[in-house]
Amino acid sequence: MSTPVLFDVPGPRARSRARIGTAIGAVLIAALIVFVLIRLAGNGQLDPARWAVLFDPNSGVPQALFKALLKTLQVAAVGMVFATAVGLLLAVGRLSDHRWVRVPVSAFIEFFRAIPLLVVIFALYFVLPKFGVDLSAFAALTGGLVLYNSAVLAEIFRAGILSVDRGQREAAYGIGLRKSQVMSLVLLPQAVRRMLPVLIAQLVVLLKDSSLGFIIGYFELLRQARSLVEFFSRDFGSTYTFQLYVAAALFYIVVNVLLSQLARYAESRTRRSTKTAGTGDAELPAGVQMDASGGEAPPV
Amino acid sequence: MQFFIDNFDILRDAFLTTLSLSLLAGLLALVLGTLLAAMRVSPVAPLRGLATFYVEVFRNTPLTVVFFFIIFGLPQIDFVIDFFPGAVLSVGLYTAAFVCEAVRSGINAVSPGQAEASRALGLTFGQSLREVVLPQAFRTVVPPLGNVLIAMVKNTSIAAGFSVSELSSTLPRLVNANAGDLLFVLLGVVIGYMLITLPAAYAVHRLERKVAILR
Repeated sequence: MSTPVLFDVPGPRARSRARIGTAIGAVLIAALIVFVLIRLAGNGQLDPARWAVLFDPNSGVPQALFKALLKTLQVAAVGMVFATAVGLLLAVGRLSDHRWVRVPVSAFIEFFRAIPLLVVIFALYFVLPKFGVDLSAFAALTGGLVLYNSAVLAEIFRAGILSVDRGQREAAYGIGLRKSQVMSLVLLPQAVRRMLPVLIAQLVVLLKDSSLGFIIGYFELLRQARSLVEFFSRDFGSTYTFQLYVAAALFYIVVNVLLSQLARYAESRTRRSTKTAGTGDAELPAGVQMDASGGEAPPV
Repeated sequence: MQFFIDNFDILRDAFLTTLSLSLLAGLLALVLGTLLAAMRVSPVAPLRGLATFYVEVFRNTPLTVVFFFIIFGLPQIDFVIDFFPGAVLSVGLYTAAFVCEAVRSGINAVSPGQAEASRALGLTFGQSLREVVLPQAFRTVVPPLGNVLIAMVKNTSIAAGFSVSELSSTLPRLVNANAGDLLFVLLGVVIGYMLITLPAAYAVHRLERKVAILR
Protein backbone atom coordinates (compact mmCIF):
# COMPACT_ATOMS: atom_id res chain seq x y z
CA MET A 1 0.00 0.00 0.00
CA SER A 2 1.52 3.30 -0.99
CA THR A 3 1.30 5.98 1.63
CA PRO A 4 -1.02 8.48 -0.09
CA VAL A 5 -3.95 6.04 0.10
CA LEU A 6 -4.27 6.72 3.81
CA PHE A 7 -5.15 10.37 3.37
CA ASP A 8 -6.33 12.80 0.69
CA VAL A 9 -3.83 15.11 -0.83
CA PRO A 10 -3.95 17.92 1.74
CA GLY A 11 -5.99 20.93 0.75
CA PRO A 12 -5.07 24.55 1.50
CA ARG A 13 -6.44 24.48 5.06
CA ALA A 14 -4.78 21.21 5.97
CA ARG A 15 -1.58 22.44 4.41
CA SER A 16 -1.60 25.61 6.46
CA ARG A 17 -2.37 23.58 9.59
CA ALA A 18 0.51 21.29 8.76
CA ARG A 19 2.73 24.31 8.25
CA ILE A 20 1.79 25.73 11.64
CA GLY A 21 2.34 22.33 13.23
CA THR A 22 5.68 22.05 11.49
CA ALA A 23 6.70 25.48 12.71
CA ILE A 24 5.71 24.67 16.30
CA GLY A 25 7.44 21.30 16.08
CA ALA A 26 10.56 22.86 14.62
CA VAL A 27 10.57 25.43 17.42
CA LEU A 28 10.21 22.66 20.02
CA ILE A 29 13.01 20.59 18.52
CA ALA A 30 15.18 23.68 18.14
CA ALA A 31 14.44 24.48 21.78
CA LEU A 32 15.46 20.96 22.78
CA ILE A 33 18.70 21.20 20.80
CA VAL A 34 19.41 24.64 22.24
CA PHE A 35 18.69 23.28 25.72
CA VAL A 36 21.14 20.40 25.20
CA LEU A 37 23.74 22.76 23.75
CA ILE A 38 23.33 25.20 26.64
CA ARG A 39 23.69 22.39 29.14
CA LEU A 40 26.75 21.13 27.28
CA ALA A 41 28.20 24.62 27.05
CA GLY A 42 27.39 25.16 30.71
CA ASN A 43 29.56 22.16 31.47
CA GLY A 44 32.20 23.52 29.12
CA GLN A 45 31.81 20.63 26.66
CA LEU A 46 31.62 22.87 23.60
CA ASP A 47 34.95 24.52 24.28
CA PRO A 48 36.86 24.31 20.95
CA ALA A 49 40.00 23.36 22.84
CA ARG A 50 38.27 20.21 24.00
CA TRP A 51 37.36 19.16 20.47
CA ALA A 52 40.72 20.16 19.00
CA VAL A 53 42.32 17.14 20.64
CA LEU A 54 40.48 14.92 18.16
CA PHE A 55 42.25 16.53 15.22
CA ASP A 56 45.62 17.26 16.76
CA PRO A 57 48.17 14.65 15.56
CA ASN A 58 50.51 15.61 18.39
CA SER A 59 48.08 14.26 20.99
CA GLY A 60 48.10 10.87 19.28
CA VAL A 61 44.33 10.73 19.45
CA PRO A 62 43.52 10.63 15.71
CA GLN A 63 46.13 7.93 15.14
CA ALA A 64 44.84 5.86 18.04
CA LEU A 65 41.25 6.14 16.87
CA PHE A 66 42.11 5.20 13.29
CA LYS A 67 44.15 2.28 14.51
CA ALA A 68 41.15 1.20 16.58
CA LEU A 69 38.89 1.60 13.56
CA LEU A 70 41.25 -0.69 11.65
CA LYS A 71 41.09 -3.21 14.47
CA THR A 72 37.29 -3.06 14.44
CA LEU A 73 37.27 -3.55 10.67
CA GLN A 74 39.81 -6.36 11.03
CA VAL A 75 37.59 -8.30 13.41
CA ALA A 76 34.56 -7.57 11.27
CA ALA A 77 36.30 -8.60 8.03
CA VAL A 78 37.65 -11.88 9.40
CA GLY A 79 34.28 -12.54 11.02
CA MET A 80 32.37 -11.77 7.83
CA VAL A 81 34.48 -14.06 5.62
CA PHE A 82 34.39 -17.02 7.98
CA ALA A 83 30.75 -16.55 9.01
CA THR A 84 29.66 -16.46 5.36
CA ALA A 85 31.70 -19.55 4.45
CA VAL A 86 30.57 -21.53 7.50
CA GLY A 87 27.02 -20.28 7.01
CA LEU A 88 26.96 -21.60 3.44
CA LEU A 89 28.20 -25.00 4.57
CA LEU A 90 25.66 -25.12 7.39
CA ALA A 91 22.82 -24.16 5.07
CA VAL A 92 23.76 -26.92 2.63
CA GLY A 93 24.20 -29.31 5.56
CA ARG A 94 20.75 -28.52 6.91
CA LEU A 95 19.21 -29.30 3.52
CA SER A 96 21.19 -32.53 3.20
CA ASP A 97 19.47 -35.81 2.35
CA HIS A 98 21.43 -37.61 5.03
CA ARG A 99 19.92 -37.50 8.46
CA TRP A 100 23.28 -37.85 10.21
CA VAL A 101 24.33 -34.56 8.63
CA ARG A 102 21.01 -32.78 8.85
CA VAL A 103 20.20 -33.37 12.52
CA PRO A 104 23.49 -32.23 14.12
CA VAL A 105 23.69 -29.23 11.80
CA SER A 106 20.13 -28.20 12.66
CA ALA A 107 20.88 -28.58 16.36
CA PHE A 108 24.02 -26.46 15.99
CA ILE A 109 22.11 -23.71 14.17
CA GLU A 110 19.19 -23.67 16.59
CA PHE A 111 21.48 -23.65 19.61
CA PHE A 112 23.51 -20.67 18.50
CA ARG A 113 20.43 -18.75 17.45
CA ALA A 114 18.86 -19.25 20.87
CA ILE A 115 21.59 -17.79 23.08
CA PRO A 116 22.93 -14.24 23.18
CA LEU A 117 26.14 -13.50 21.31
CA LEU A 118 27.68 -12.12 24.48
CA VAL A 119 27.23 -15.47 26.21
CA VAL A 120 29.05 -17.20 23.33
CA ILE A 121 31.91 -14.71 23.59
CA PHE A 122 32.04 -15.06 27.39
CA ALA A 123 32.10 -18.84 27.03
CA LEU A 124 35.04 -18.66 24.64
CA TYR A 125 36.91 -16.08 26.67
CA PHE A 126 36.27 -17.13 30.28
CA VAL A 127 35.32 -20.80 30.15
CA LEU A 128 37.69 -22.27 27.55
CA PRO A 129 40.86 -21.15 29.41
CA LYS A 130 39.77 -23.35 32.34
CA PHE A 131 39.99 -26.31 29.97
CA GLY A 132 43.48 -25.25 28.95
CA VAL A 133 42.56 -23.49 25.72
CA ASP A 134 43.71 -19.90 26.00
CA LEU A 135 42.17 -17.60 23.43
CA SER A 136 43.22 -14.00 22.87
CA ALA A 137 40.50 -11.37 23.06
CA PHE A 138 40.68 -11.14 19.26
CA ALA A 139 40.18 -14.88 18.80
CA ALA A 140 37.34 -15.03 21.33
CA LEU A 141 35.55 -12.07 19.76
CA THR A 142 35.98 -13.32 16.19
CA GLY A 143 35.09 -16.87 17.20
CA GLY A 144 31.91 -15.70 18.89
CA LEU A 145 30.93 -13.55 15.94
CA VAL A 146 31.55 -16.43 13.51
CA LEU A 147 29.66 -19.05 15.55
CA TYR A 148 26.67 -16.83 16.16
CA ASN A 149 26.41 -15.20 12.74
CA SER A 150 27.11 -18.35 10.73
CA ALA A 151 23.95 -19.81 12.33
CA VAL A 152 21.91 -16.77 11.32
CA LEU A 153 23.46 -16.61 7.84
CA ALA A 154 22.80 -20.33 7.37
CA GLU A 155 19.10 -19.66 7.85
CA ILE A 156 19.26 -16.78 5.38
CA PHE A 157 20.97 -18.96 2.76
CA ARG A 158 18.53 -21.78 3.40
CA ALA A 159 15.58 -19.43 2.85
CA GLY A 160 17.27 -18.29 -0.36
CA ILE A 161 17.85 -21.84 -1.60
CA LEU A 162 14.25 -22.77 -0.84
CA SER A 163 13.04 -19.69 -2.69
CA VAL A 164 14.53 -20.92 -5.96
CA ASP A 165 11.77 -22.19 -8.21
CA ARG A 166 11.34 -25.97 -8.12
CA GLY A 167 11.61 -26.15 -11.89
CA GLN A 168 15.20 -24.97 -11.73
CA ARG A 169 16.26 -27.94 -9.65
CA GLU A 170 14.19 -30.39 -11.65
CA ALA A 171 15.62 -29.09 -14.90
CA ALA A 172 19.14 -29.35 -13.49
CA TYR A 173 18.55 -32.99 -12.48
CA GLY A 174 16.91 -33.50 -15.85
CA ILE A 175 20.04 -32.60 -17.79
CA GLY A 176 21.99 -35.08 -15.65
CA LEU A 177 23.78 -32.93 -13.09
CA ARG A 178 24.79 -34.53 -9.84
CA LYS A 179 23.46 -33.45 -6.46
CA SER A 180 26.54 -31.39 -5.64
CA GLN A 181 26.49 -29.80 -9.08
CA VAL A 182 22.81 -28.88 -8.79
CA MET A 183 23.58 -27.15 -5.50
CA SER A 184 26.77 -25.38 -6.54
CA LEU A 185 25.96 -24.52 -10.15
CA VAL A 186 22.23 -23.87 -10.10
CA LEU A 187 20.74 -23.28 -6.67
CA LEU A 188 23.43 -21.41 -4.73
CA PRO A 189 24.24 -18.76 -7.37
CA GLN A 190 20.59 -17.77 -7.54
CA ALA A 191 20.01 -18.03 -3.81
CA VAL A 192 23.00 -15.85 -2.95
CA ARG A 193 21.97 -13.17 -5.42
CA ARG A 194 18.43 -13.26 -4.13
CA MET A 195 19.56 -12.90 -0.53
CA LEU A 196 22.30 -10.34 -1.10
CA PRO A 197 20.47 -7.39 0.54
CA VAL A 198 19.57 -9.41 3.65
CA LEU A 199 23.08 -10.84 3.70
CA ILE A 200 24.67 -7.40 3.69
CA ALA A 201 22.24 -6.19 6.35
CA GLN A 202 23.29 -9.10 8.56
CA LEU A 203 26.95 -8.26 7.93
CA VAL A 204 26.22 -4.72 9.13
CA VAL A 205 24.89 -6.32 12.32
CA LEU A 206 28.11 -8.30 12.59
CA LEU A 207 30.13 -5.10 12.33
CA LYS A 208 27.98 -3.47 14.99
CA ASP A 209 28.34 -6.50 17.23
CA SER A 210 32.13 -6.26 17.06
CA SER A 211 31.67 -3.43 19.59
CA LEU A 212 31.04 -6.19 22.14
CA GLY A 213 34.82 -6.52 22.15
CA PHE A 214 34.62 -3.60 24.54
CA ILE A 215 33.26 -5.84 27.26
CA ILE A 216 36.05 -8.42 27.04
CA GLY A 217 38.77 -5.81 26.55
CA TYR A 218 39.65 -6.12 22.87
CA PHE A 219 41.02 -2.80 21.69
CA GLU A 220 38.40 -1.91 19.11
CA LEU A 221 36.96 1.58 18.67
CA LEU A 222 34.90 1.77 21.81
CA ARG A 223 37.54 0.23 24.06
CA GLN A 224 40.18 2.51 22.55
CA ALA A 225 37.99 5.54 23.24
CA ARG A 226 37.54 4.31 26.81
CA SER A 227 41.25 3.79 27.33
CA LEU A 228 42.06 7.21 25.86
CA VAL A 229 39.55 8.65 28.30
CA GLU A 230 41.28 6.88 31.15
CA PHE A 231 44.67 8.05 29.88
CA PHE A 232 43.61 11.68 29.63
CA SER A 233 41.69 11.72 32.88
CA ARG A 234 44.96 11.23 34.74
CA ASP A 235 46.14 14.67 33.66
CA PHE A 236 43.03 16.52 32.59
CA GLY A 237 40.15 15.01 34.58
CA SER A 238 37.10 14.35 32.45
CA THR A 239 37.97 17.12 30.00
CA TYR A 240 37.87 14.98 26.86
CA THR A 241 35.51 12.19 27.92
CA PHE A 242 32.44 13.29 26.01
CA GLN A 243 34.35 14.24 22.85
CA LEU A 244 36.10 10.88 22.56
CA TYR A 245 32.87 8.90 22.87
CA VAL A 246 31.16 11.11 20.31
CA ALA A 247 34.05 10.51 17.91
CA ALA A 248 33.86 6.73 18.37
CA ALA A 249 30.08 6.75 17.80
CA LEU A 250 30.49 8.84 14.63
CA PHE A 251 32.98 6.31 13.24
CA TYR A 252 30.46 3.52 13.73
CA ILE A 253 27.56 5.44 12.25
CA VAL A 254 29.52 6.49 9.15
CA VAL A 255 30.82 2.98 8.42
CA ASN A 256 27.42 1.38 9.02
CA VAL A 257 25.49 3.90 6.95
CA LEU A 258 27.93 3.27 4.08
CA LEU A 259 27.37 -0.49 4.35
CA SER A 260 23.59 -0.01 4.56
CA GLN A 261 23.73 2.08 1.40
CA LEU A 262 25.58 -0.80 -0.23
CA ALA A 263 22.73 -3.10 0.86
CA ARG A 264 20.19 -0.74 -0.68
CA TYR A 265 22.20 -0.59 -3.91
CA ALA A 266 22.43 -4.39 -3.99
CA GLU A 267 18.68 -4.57 -3.44
CA SER A 268 17.93 -2.31 -6.39
CA ARG A 269 20.35 -4.36 -8.51
CA THR A 270 18.71 -7.65 -7.52
CA ARG A 271 15.30 -6.26 -8.27
CA ARG A 272 16.35 -5.39 -11.81
CA SER A 273 18.52 -8.43 -12.39
CA THR A 274 17.19 -11.24 -14.56
CA LYS A 275 19.51 -13.67 -12.85
CA THR A 276 17.16 -14.06 -9.90
CA ALA A 277 14.06 -14.45 -12.04
CA GLY A 278 13.91 -18.11 -11.04
CA THR A 279 13.37 -17.31 -7.36
CA GLY A 280 10.08 -16.84 -5.60
CA ASP A 281 9.13 -15.19 -2.31
CA ALA A 282 11.60 -16.17 0.35
CA GLU A 283 10.33 -16.77 3.83
CA LEU A 284 12.80 -15.05 6.09
CA PRO A 285 13.90 -17.08 9.11
CA ALA A 286 12.99 -15.96 12.59
CA GLY A 287 15.43 -13.55 14.13
CA VAL A 288 16.58 -12.09 10.85
CA GLN A 289 13.88 -9.47 10.60
CA MET A 290 15.38 -7.76 13.59
CA ASP A 291 18.41 -7.09 11.52
CA ALA A 292 17.25 -7.06 7.92
CA SER A 293 16.88 -3.75 6.19
CA GLY A 294 13.24 -2.75 6.23
CA GLY A 295 12.13 -5.77 8.20
CA GLU A 296 10.72 -7.54 5.16
CA ALA A 297 11.88 -9.51 2.19
CA PRO A 298 12.63 -7.21 -0.73
CA PRO A 299 9.88 -7.47 -3.32
CA VAL A 300 10.89 -9.33 -6.45
CA MET B 1 23.52 -30.50 41.20
CA GLN B 2 25.19 -29.06 44.29
CA PHE B 3 26.28 -26.13 42.15
CA PHE B 4 22.70 -25.16 41.30
CA ILE B 5 21.63 -25.41 44.94
CA ASP B 6 24.56 -23.27 46.08
CA ASN B 7 24.13 -20.57 43.47
CA PHE B 8 20.36 -20.64 43.15
CA ASP B 9 19.99 -17.17 44.67
CA ILE B 10 22.49 -15.55 42.31
CA LEU B 11 20.99 -17.17 39.24
CA ARG B 12 17.42 -16.39 40.29
CA ASP B 13 18.18 -12.72 40.96
CA ALA B 14 20.02 -12.45 37.66
CA PHE B 15 17.17 -14.15 35.85
CA LEU B 16 14.62 -11.80 37.41
CA THR B 17 16.76 -8.79 36.45
CA THR B 18 16.93 -9.96 32.85
CA LEU B 19 13.19 -10.63 32.86
CA SER B 20 12.20 -7.23 34.25
CA LEU B 21 14.70 -5.49 31.99
CA SER B 22 13.17 -7.29 29.00
CA LEU B 23 9.58 -6.54 30.00
CA LEU B 24 10.12 -2.83 30.68
CA ALA B 25 12.28 -2.27 27.60
CA GLY B 26 9.84 -4.27 25.47
CA LEU B 27 6.94 -2.12 26.63
CA LEU B 28 8.85 1.07 25.89
CA ALA B 29 9.91 -0.23 22.47
CA LEU B 30 6.37 -1.29 21.51
CA VAL B 31 4.79 2.04 22.43
CA LEU B 32 7.51 4.22 20.94
CA GLY B 33 7.92 1.99 17.86
CA THR B 34 4.19 2.13 17.05
CA LEU B 35 4.20 5.91 17.41
CA LEU B 36 7.21 6.12 15.09
CA ALA B 37 5.50 3.86 12.54
CA ALA B 38 2.41 6.09 12.61
CA MET B 39 4.67 9.09 12.08
CA ARG B 40 6.36 7.41 9.12
CA VAL B 41 3.08 7.02 7.23
CA SER B 42 1.55 10.35 8.32
CA PRO B 43 0.62 13.18 5.92
CA VAL B 44 2.96 15.63 7.66
CA ALA B 45 6.34 15.53 5.93
CA PRO B 46 8.44 16.74 8.91
CA LEU B 47 7.02 13.97 11.10
CA ARG B 48 7.95 11.43 8.43
CA GLY B 49 11.43 12.89 8.22
CA LEU B 50 11.90 12.89 11.98
CA ALA B 51 10.82 9.25 12.34
CA THR B 52 13.01 8.18 9.41
CA PHE B 53 15.97 9.97 10.94
CA TYR B 54 15.40 8.28 14.29
CA VAL B 55 15.17 4.83 12.72
CA GLU B 56 18.25 5.30 10.54
CA VAL B 57 20.38 6.57 13.41
CA PHE B 58 19.42 3.83 15.86
CA ARG B 59 19.62 1.02 13.33
CA ASN B 60 23.15 1.98 12.38
CA THR B 61 24.48 2.50 15.90
CA PRO B 62 25.70 -0.48 17.92
CA LEU B 63 23.62 -1.03 21.05
CA THR B 64 26.83 -0.76 23.06
CA VAL B 65 27.28 2.81 21.80
CA VAL B 66 23.67 3.66 22.69
CA PHE B 67 24.42 2.38 26.19
CA PHE B 68 27.47 4.63 26.32
CA PHE B 69 25.51 7.71 25.41
CA ILE B 70 22.72 7.02 27.87
CA ILE B 71 24.93 6.07 30.80
CA PHE B 72 28.01 8.26 30.26
CA GLY B 73 26.60 10.91 27.90
CA LEU B 74 23.43 11.99 29.69
CA PRO B 75 25.31 13.09 32.83
CA GLN B 76 27.06 15.62 30.58
CA ILE B 77 23.73 17.44 30.23
CA ASP B 78 23.07 17.00 33.94
CA PHE B 79 20.74 14.00 33.78
CA VAL B 80 22.32 11.37 35.94
CA ILE B 81 20.65 8.04 35.37
CA ASP B 82 21.05 4.83 37.31
CA PHE B 83 22.43 1.73 35.59
CA PHE B 84 19.19 -0.28 35.49
CA PRO B 85 16.88 2.51 34.23
CA GLY B 86 19.67 3.45 31.83
CA ALA B 87 19.73 -0.09 30.49
CA VAL B 88 15.92 -0.09 30.08
CA LEU B 89 16.10 3.22 28.23
CA SER B 90 18.96 2.10 25.96
CA VAL B 91 17.45 -1.23 24.99
CA GLY B 92 13.99 0.32 24.62
CA LEU B 93 15.09 3.23 22.41
CA TYR B 94 17.24 0.91 20.28
CA THR B 95 14.54 -1.73 19.81
CA ALA B 96 11.88 0.91 19.04
CA ALA B 97 13.58 1.53 15.70
CA PHE B 98 13.19 -2.15 14.77
CA VAL B 99 9.61 -2.30 16.08
CA CYS B 100 8.84 0.72 13.90
CA GLU B 101 10.17 -1.04 10.81
CA ALA B 102 8.22 -4.21 11.59
CA VAL B 103 4.94 -2.33 12.16
CA ARG B 104 5.48 -0.25 9.03
CA SER B 105 5.99 -3.36 6.93
CA GLY B 106 2.69 -4.59 8.42
CA ILE B 107 0.93 -1.34 7.50
CA ASN B 108 2.24 -1.72 3.97
CA ALA B 109 0.93 -5.27 3.86
CA VAL B 110 -2.69 -4.24 4.54
CA SER B 111 -4.41 -4.22 1.19
CA PRO B 112 -4.97 -0.71 -0.19
CA GLY B 113 -8.68 -1.40 -0.63
CA GLN B 114 -9.09 -1.34 3.16
CA ALA B 115 -7.66 2.14 3.50
CA GLU B 116 -9.52 3.35 0.40
CA ALA B 117 -12.79 2.03 1.77
CA SER B 118 -12.29 3.68 5.13
CA ARG B 119 -11.38 6.94 3.41
CA ALA B 120 -14.50 6.62 1.26
CA LEU B 121 -16.57 6.21 4.42
CA GLY B 122 -15.23 9.57 5.53
CA LEU B 123 -12.89 8.42 8.28
CA THR B 124 -10.03 10.79 8.95
CA PHE B 125 -6.37 9.74 8.78
CA GLY B 126 -6.27 9.08 12.51
CA GLN B 127 -9.53 7.13 12.48
CA SER B 128 -8.68 4.97 9.48
CA LEU B 129 -5.27 4.20 10.97
CA ARG B 130 -6.68 3.42 14.43
CA GLU B 131 -9.87 1.60 13.49
CA VAL B 132 -9.03 -0.12 10.24
CA VAL B 133 -5.38 -0.32 9.25
CA LEU B 134 -3.44 -0.77 12.49
CA PRO B 135 -5.61 -3.61 13.90
CA GLN B 136 -5.00 -5.55 10.70
CA ALA B 137 -1.36 -4.51 10.55
CA PHE B 138 -0.69 -5.80 14.06
CA ARG B 139 -2.07 -9.20 13.12
CA THR B 140 0.27 -9.57 10.18
CA VAL B 141 3.29 -8.37 12.13
CA VAL B 142 2.91 -10.80 15.04
CA PRO B 143 5.73 -13.07 13.77
CA PRO B 144 8.27 -10.34 12.87
CA LEU B 145 7.39 -8.35 15.98
CA GLY B 146 7.83 -11.47 18.09
CA ASN B 147 11.23 -12.02 16.53
CA VAL B 148 12.23 -8.44 17.27
CA LEU B 149 11.24 -8.85 20.91
CA ILE B 150 13.01 -12.22 21.25
CA ALA B 151 16.15 -10.72 19.75
CA MET B 152 15.75 -7.89 22.25
CA VAL B 153 15.79 -10.35 25.16
CA LYS B 154 19.13 -11.57 23.87
CA ASN B 155 20.33 -7.98 23.43
CA THR B 156 19.70 -7.21 27.09
CA SER B 157 22.87 -9.23 27.73
CA ILE B 158 24.89 -6.14 26.75
CA ALA B 159 23.77 -4.53 30.02
CA ALA B 160 26.29 -6.92 31.60
CA GLY B 161 29.01 -4.54 30.41
CA PHE B 162 27.39 -1.70 32.28
CA SER B 163 27.17 -2.89 35.87
CA VAL B 164 23.70 -4.41 35.63
CA SER B 165 23.89 -7.80 37.29
CA GLU B 166 21.75 -9.74 34.83
CA LEU B 167 22.23 -13.28 33.53
CA SER B 168 25.29 -12.84 31.30
CA SER B 169 27.15 -10.89 33.95
CA THR B 170 26.94 -13.87 36.31
CA LEU B 171 28.93 -15.97 33.84
CA PRO B 172 32.44 -14.51 34.43
CA ARG B 173 31.72 -14.21 38.17
CA LEU B 174 30.53 -17.79 38.60
CA VAL B 175 33.29 -19.15 36.35
CA ASN B 176 35.92 -17.69 38.62
CA ALA B 177 34.22 -18.93 41.76
CA ASN B 178 33.34 -22.43 40.56
CA ALA B 179 36.25 -23.69 38.50
CA GLY B 180 34.99 -27.27 38.82
CA ASP B 181 31.51 -26.75 37.45
CA LEU B 182 32.12 -24.75 34.29
CA LEU B 183 29.60 -26.57 32.15
CA PHE B 184 26.94 -26.14 34.83
CA VAL B 185 27.62 -22.40 34.91
CA LEU B 186 27.13 -22.20 31.15
CA LEU B 187 24.09 -24.43 31.38
CA GLY B 188 22.54 -22.23 34.07
CA VAL B 189 22.93 -19.05 32.04
CA VAL B 190 21.74 -20.64 28.79
CA ILE B 191 18.71 -22.18 30.51
CA GLY B 192 17.92 -18.78 32.00
CA TYR B 193 17.69 -17.24 28.54
CA MET B 194 15.79 -20.17 27.12
CA LEU B 195 13.26 -19.89 29.96
CA ILE B 196 12.35 -16.52 28.44
CA THR B 197 12.88 -17.03 24.71
CA LEU B 198 11.32 -20.47 24.22
CA PRO B 199 7.95 -19.69 25.91
CA ALA B 200 7.96 -16.34 24.10
CA ALA B 201 8.50 -18.08 20.75
CA TYR B 202 5.72 -20.53 21.59
CA ALA B 203 3.36 -17.72 22.60
CA VAL B 204 4.12 -15.84 19.38
CA HIS B 205 3.40 -18.99 17.40
CA ARG B 206 0.06 -19.53 19.17
CA LEU B 207 -0.91 -15.88 18.86
CA GLU B 208 -0.01 -15.90 15.19
CA ARG B 209 -2.32 -18.85 14.50
CA LYS B 210 -5.05 -17.31 16.59
CA VAL B 211 -5.14 -13.85 15.01
CA ALA B 212 -4.01 -14.69 11.49
CA ILE B 213 -6.22 -13.25 8.78
CA LEU B 214 -6.95 -15.67 5.99
CA ARG B 215 -6.65 -13.85 2.73
